Amino acid sequence: MVEPQTALKTRMEVKNLNFYYGSNQALKNINMPIYDRKVTALIGPSGCGKTTLLRCFNRMHDLYPANKYEGEILLGSESIFNMDIIDLRSKVGMVFQKPTPFPMSIFDNVAFGLSLKGIKGTELKDRVEKALKDSALWEEVKDRLKDSAFSLSGGQQQRLCIARAIAVEPEVLLFDEPTSALDPISTAKIEELIVELKRKITIVIVTHNMQQAARISDYTGFMYLGELIEFNPTEKIFTKPDKKLTEEYVTGRFG
Amino acid sequence: MSRKTRRKLFSNFMLFVSFLTAAYGIFWLFWILGSLFINGFKYLSPELVYLDPTPPGEEGGGLRPAFVGHLIITSLATIIGVPIGIMAGIYFAEYGRNSKFFMTLRQITDIMVSTPSILMGAVVYAVLVRPVGHFNGFSGAVALALLMLPVIAITTDEMLKLVPKEMREAAYALGAYRWQVIKNVVMRAAKVGILTGVILGVARIAGETAPLLFTSFNNNVLTFDLGDPMASLTVTMFNYVMGPYHYWHQQSWAAAFILTMSVLLLSILARVLLHRNLLEPLFYIVRSITGKKGG
Repeated sequence: MVEPQTALKTRMEVKNLNFYYGSNQALKNINMPIYDRKVTALIGPSGCGKTTLLRCFNRMHDLYPANKYEGEILLGSESIFNMDIIDLRSKVGMVFQKPTPFPMSIFDNVAFGLSLKGIKGTELKDRVEKALKDSALWEEVKDRLKDSAFSLSGGQQQRLCIARAIAVEPEVLLFDEPTSALDPISTAKIEELIVELKRKITIVIVTHNMQQAARISDYTGFMYLGELIEFNPTEKIFTKPDKKLTEEYVTGRFG
Repeated sequence: MSRKTRRKLFSNFMLFVSFLTAAYGIFWLFWILGSLFINGFKYLSPELVYLDPTPPGEEGGGLRPAFVGHLIITSLATIIGVPIGIMAGIYFAEYGRNSKFFMTLRQITDIMVSTPSILMGAVVYAVLVRPVGHFNGFSGAVALALLMLPVIAITTDEMLKLVPKEMREAAYALGAYRWQVIKNVVMRAAKVGILTGVILGVARIAGETAPLLFTSFNNNVLTFDLGDPMASLTVTMFNYVMGPYHYWHQQSWAAAFILTMSVLLLSILARVLLHRNLLEPLFYIVRSITGKKGG
């Protein structure tokens, strides 16, 4: 494990986390920091638990019964398990693997989270516009905000989902393989966007694509069979990792 | 004969048999629809809708009480049945999914769909007619509402289950409460399907006779009072067909024709709603004429 550098602030911290789907243990004693305004990537072969870990950060697992957490995850200094789940989710946003636009207009999609908070009128309009600008979608949609969100292309839909997530100004944004359903050009746009977003937001991204992790992340966690094998600055993970297993994975010898 | 030829022959034979069975079913369907169309269309007249029945044996008159009564009873049944049905469906799909008790209820609802409708009439007779002492329109509407309720609950449940769980998760991830997710996202995504279920439910009850026989019964006089016996097209048809007069039979044909056409129209409407993209070219034309951007 790398020692946190002094300039780094920890936004979230995972301590001795175990997670169970029913009686099946999916995460084993995970310890890792999520640094403020950095991009942290989680990599590893299919079924290693990276998405499971990501979904712990906003307690998405709570939606389904028989899921159990043990251990601690801190947001700032507060345990997320003691937080009101609605508060937690407005502080820790999420973007999913497939674009998930809601069946409503482009504007209403971005306004969704804001309306839930009771924001109305000009403020709502301004914040929707800002979110769309921040997600590099504004120029493409400004004349068709009333159109159905389904009329957008896959890549645009995904950027709409990002706009929707950042509109509520979360502290942390979780990305669950956000580009795996997209073409290379859309992927490049999303990656640029993520790098841009980290100036304001802490980002955790699960990715299957090691080049992607290398391109956009500052820190990388390598997971295998429910364990966090190695957590280090991305450069180190991809050049001289501490663990043999990590090296084998990033050089493509398995996975 | 080679093995291949034998298999080919057998395949063709089975194809032919299934064609015959399908043709058999369709033949009778069209026979019924055809005779209904020929006979019903012949006796259609405006008087049928706006005149009251004449005393038995006296030619002429119409079925105004039955048309009005039918409309009142089915509308009231819809008003009672649809909200309860939709809410039950929402509960099954969104809240009760992990509860054994509610999943059992869901199974029972499935069975309720195929309950003989006369049973529903008998139940309502015991609850709403016996205690009052006379047949009344309200009890008819309740019997029909009970019949459509499981249809709507199940369609709603199925349609809500079709909404991908990712869409729900995305809404939860934005900090929405459960009812906000259901109301603002899931219901919106499923609304066309649910509406289709509602229309099919209405179509289902519009042609029912049995549950009305001993609930709303019949009335030769136009009434708007739900406490009174109320005429309906189906019960009137039932009585007229059994009756001795030729003009009764003619009026029954015409009423049957109108009823069938209404149900057919409702079903078509449901189809159109469900496959709305069939109408997309039409919307496009309308938009290009009005110059409005779609939304």
